[in-house]
Amino acid sequence: MSNVMIGVDVGGTFTDVFVMDETTGEARVAKVPTTRPDQSGGFLDGIGKQVSDLSTVAVVVHGTTAGTNALLERKGARIGVITTEGLRDVLEMRRRDRPQTWGLRGNFDPVVPRDLRLEVPERTLADGTIRKPVDIDAVKAAAQQLLDEGCLAVAILFANAYANPENETKAVEAVRAMWPNPHVSASSEILPEIREYERFSTTALNAYLQPEVSGYLNRLENALTEGGFDGEFMIVQSNGGVMAVDTACRLPVRTALSGPAAGVIAAGYIAQTAGYPDVITGDMGGTSFDVSLIADGQSILSPQTSIDFGMVVRTPMIEITTIGAGGGSIAWVDKGGLLNIGPESAGSTPGPVAYGQGNTRPTVTDANVVLGRIDPDNPIGGKLKRLDVEAAGRAIDEHVGKPLGLSTVEAAEAILTVANSRMAGAIRLVSIERGFDPKKFAFMPFGGGGALHTGAMLDDVGLGRAIVPRYPGVTSAMGCVIADMRQDFVQTINAFVDQIDEEALAGYLQDHVDRGHAMLDAARSSFEAREVIVELDMAYLGQTHTVAVPVAVTIDGGKVTPPTRAEIASAFDDAYRATYGRLLDKGVRRVMNLRTAVVGRRPKFDLETLAPEGGSVEAARKGTRQVHFGSKWYETTIYDRLALPVGAVVDGPAILEQPDTTVLVDPGLRATVDKFGNTIIAPLEAD
Amino acid sequence: MSEIDPITLAVLSGRMEQIADEMDATLFRAAFNPIIAEAHDASHGLYHAASGDTLVQGKSGLPIFVGVMSFAVKAVIDKAAADGDLADGDIFIFNDAHIGGTHLSDMRLVRPYFRDGELFCYLASVGHWHDLGGAVPGNYNPAATDAFAEAFILPPVRLARAGVVNQDIIDILMRNTRLPQSAQGDLNGQLGALDLGVKRMDELLDEYGAETVKAALDALGGRAETLMRSELNALPDGRWEAVDFLDNDGVTDEPLPIKVALEIKGDRMVLDFEGTAPRCAGPVNIAYPTAVATAYVAIKHIFPALPANAGVMRPIDVKIPEGSLLSAEFPAPVGGYTETILRMIDVIFSAMAQAAPDMVVGNAYGTINALSIAGRRKNGQPWVMFSFYGGGHGGTPEGDGLNHGNAPISTATIPPMEILESAYPVMFRQWALRPDSAGAGAQRGGLGAVYEIEVLEENGAEAFLFGERGRFAPQGVAGGEASVTNHFSYQQDDGWHEPPMASKMRGISLKQGQAVRLETPGGGGYGPSEGRDPAKVARDVALGFLSPEKATELYGAAWKEVKA
Repeated sequence: MSNVMIGVDVGGTFTDVFVMDETTGEARVAKVPTTRPDQSGGFLDGIGKQVSDLSTVAVVVHGTTAGTNALLERKGARIGVITTEGLRDVLEMRRRDRPQTWGLRGNFDPVVPRDLRLEVPERTLADGTIRKPVDIDAVKAAAQQLLDEGCLAVAILFANAYANPENETKAVEAVRAMWPNPHVSASSEILPEIREYERFSTTALNAYLQPEVSGYLNRLENALTEGGFDGEFMIVQSNGGVMAVDTACRLPVRTALSGPAAGVIAAGYIAQTAGYPDVITGDMGGTSFDVSLIADGQSILSPQTSIDFGMVVRTPMIEITTIGAGGGSIAWVDKGGLLNIGPESAGSTPGPVAYGQGNTRPTVTDANVVLGRIDPDNPIGGKLKRLDVEAAGRAIDEHVGKPLGLSTVEAAEAILTVANSRMAGAIRLVSIERGFDPKKFAFMPFGGGGALHTGAMLDDVGLGRAIVPRYPGVTSAMGCVIADMRQDFVQTINAFVDQIDEEALAGYLQDHVDRGHAMLDAARSSFEAREVIVELDMAYLGQTHTVAVPVAVTIDGGKVTPPTRAEIASAFDDAYRATYGRLLDKGVRRVMNLRTAVVGRRPKFDLETLAPEGGSVEAARKGTRQVHFGSKWYETTIYDRLALPVGAVVDGPAILEQPDTTVLVDPGLRATVDKFGNTIIAPLEAD
Repeated sequence: MSEIDPITLAVLSGRMEQIADEMDATLFRAAFNPIIAEAHDASHGLYHAASGDTLVQGKSGLPIFVGVMSFAVKAVIDKAAADGDLADGDIFIFNDAHIGGTHLSDMRLVRPYFRDGELFCYLASVGHWHDLGGAVPGNYNPAATDAFAEAFILPPVRLARAGVVNQDIIDILMRNTRLPQSAQGDLNGQLGALDLGVKRMDELLDEYGAETVKAALDALGGRAETLMRSELNALPDGRWEAVDFLDNDGVTDEPLPIKVALEIKGDRMVLDFEGTAPRCAGPVNIAYPTAVATAYVAIKHIFPALPANAGVMRPIDVKIPEGSLLSAEFPAPVGGYTETILRMIDVIFSAMAQAAPDMVVGNAYGTINALSIAGRRKNGQPWVMFSFYGGGHGGTPEGDGLNHGNAPISTATIPPMEILESAYPVMFRQWALRPDSAGAGAQRGGLGAVYEIEVLEENGAEAFLFGERGRFAPQGVAGGEASVTNHFSYQQDDGWHEPPMASKMRGISLKQGQAVRLETPGGGGYGPSEGRDPAKVARDVALGFLSPEKATELYGAAWKEVKA
């Protein structure tokens, strides 16, 4: 029986492939350039590097940026909107915000231009009463007009459709009957939740992505099939779970943060397996540093995000906080003499000064190069022959050293100090906003650059230790193989606890569970376990921010027993007290939304299969090089990281190199290789 | 004063900004009232121990507070000096707008921060409370002729003395609001934010030492000043004037001029408001602190990269004429301060446009449009729907203005229509962009909006509006044209009516099925309209942003010959 699982993560620069053969316990990785505009070239090329016979493959899971890129670059399809009379401009008016607080500059173009947003007579009130039945002839005429205008997809957006979808459902039926493809998105299907702009935006962006993303996924699936693949093809969602490819074609908006989410899933699994259930991940790329928090093995989900100004996607996503401090972030001194890092970035093209591709302003990577932390003779990625240390030094000197009266080396240290401080600030804010003490967490760097800054994070934030996964450069691809299958559902309830319609609540819950289980049943994967997670968004009457209240439900033979009013009230009190410290006298409790997640736990592979076999510290020694830490140069030993055996202990200063990552062990820190091949870095005195 | 190395300074600068940001986040999460929780009408920061000057302020709070909070802190410094007994653990509270700026809805909490028994700096928190008594729910009373008709007035008093909270003060406050539960939630949130600020300052000083942090604070002020001076040096010397008008004060229907002369000389700037209307009877007066803070807001918009630090204002002399409506004394009504300060920002932009047209944008829609619709349900339960409405932003050197933005003094978002419809017995017949509302120009202004709101409640309702720009449209800059005026109308048995005071109206009775309609201004244009690409005009016509007639009137007929 075929037992090969493949995870493929397509990033902006590289396509990473992680192959796990469960029979032999062998793991292989490949990194190939991402192809543009069609990512399927790199996808298939990457798989082909490691697997010659696709018929041996049971599962291919894909973390994709196809949706994200289409949104950011505005490369989605020409689509139309059919909406309630009087409301055609909701998408364009947003929530009356502006791109930046200061300056009053900047503009916004919605993905659907105004002449393709058509109104039809219909109106439902907030309590679900139909004030005006939908005029189906007007709906048909509008759909025809959009087809004549060349629209490839359509979004149907009716006011208060979360409270009663009847009008919208009738309109959708009529449109589906005449629309030549499956790309018809309805707001009450995509997101039956109160708040028209958020619901309309999510639904319209779904329609905008449908033709593009489903076309791409179908091309991939066909190519895999032609290559002899007969397994299951699945896609990672922003919530960190996977879905079947046909679900992804229907709900492409759920892939908005697919790639980064997979990385966090892998990080959580690796850390928990290694004995650290509380971990903060830091993914350092060319332009940004992405932080995510995992508490007790669970990553935190946020209910919505803005892909760009005015492009709101409201669907559960792994919470990832981004600051503009990546390897390519530019260091500069302002007119007041203050050293700043970013937000301007040289990215990967032209990239840091040391790349010699035209940029002349110093970046964080240039500081690392000048201080000897990155090997100039073996640049990561293999695109360049050698890094230009001298040019990096000159740029640092001119733009930072001279204005601040510092030597080149001092200026390079200053750049790292400020960049590290910003990264540490992001870690602190992420944990504090969630009510956690960061000192209890381990730090897990991944991505190409994160492991260069480990020591600084331990020092600045006071984190106890860092855990560097064995393959930090392909964490997202590995996450694809690890992620569970998951489907999220939401329904606005908007009722006081003591007036809740228990029958209606039971009905919604049963519907969510039935649909979730049907999805799991349709999958070819086997699941170790099935889980239903139910939460209510609740608040006191008059309070705006809701608290996520977990409630227990029992499912027996597929039939759900919903929580009682008393159980809901007491669950709210527990959750509210945990969040705010105390309850409110005489406060009236209200349920805003029901949220259900149905999860199929996929079998996990044994991370020990990744561990190195044999080897010795001595054999892994590659030589030495001068590296600057703090205020002096150290003759620093360089190791081939992948050749270090389990149990190896290396004291700083040291550098552990592997093809796509450099791990820095600062003086005073000790690196140990655990039985999974991870490198644990902790202060010497801690042992 | 000890010197500080540039690296520590850069690190501390970020750390202290983060403390203020965390205080913001704490209040936003805890507040009950949507004006704070959703609209972020609040602010937090660190202020100088002796002068009250702004040292650091959170990034998420309302822009206007960046300048005004130092006056609140200064008021507390003066009071503590007079009383002579400032202690660690004291917390002062007040809403008196003549002392602390803005309006009576803003509750200010100021807490001295002590280190090793010595005053190190002040922490402060301000937030817009939902209701503080007065004649009109929500405290926007367009017919107020003194502050007493606007809201309950609390001068700076001690809410806590040496760490012990004085419950009497809380009892007085709770008896003077229509919404005590909301007020209690906001108060707790603000106290929580101050507690967090103290904790974070303790940690920071433990790590770096009081000397170093103090040196950093001094250095940051100096650097903010240097930045501002270098910006001013790069501008031409000269003197430029601009004038604009408020419709009326809500009591007497006469236009009120707001005038500025902007002078740049080397690395200094003077903003002189001589020629502005004298103090008026109605609530469009503002207190002196508000006027100075507004100049700061305008400057921050023109130089967006400058830090939120009082050093920025050292090279700028803001001259507010005594007796004008920009320095109204107690108890002049100031509830409509938003309208007056929006006009101040408009004239500063118009004057600056003559000095350096690339640095400014056309005037934004220029009115907050505080609309409240209130009544009683069948079961006797009172309801008040209160919100601000949006309009267009000005055209910019880079492109057309933003459609339906928020006011330059605010970062508030509008509540979702569905939330309003679910909470109150109303239905929005229209929530849309307003065609033909943008100021013409090479880069036109953004579009204003149309909101038409029908009353569903059997008992009917009453509507109140506090707006402006009903008679004087937002101006363009650099040759761009003005947009259109704000237009408010309401339905009665005999058809649609307009209020006599243009955009100000108190207590209109509406029956079930009747509606109010608010049509807000777009933004002013940027650059002469002859410079607009006819293809862009044709595109605006195709999208319905411009009617064909208006397009030809504003831009000529060339658009008819090109493809959109």
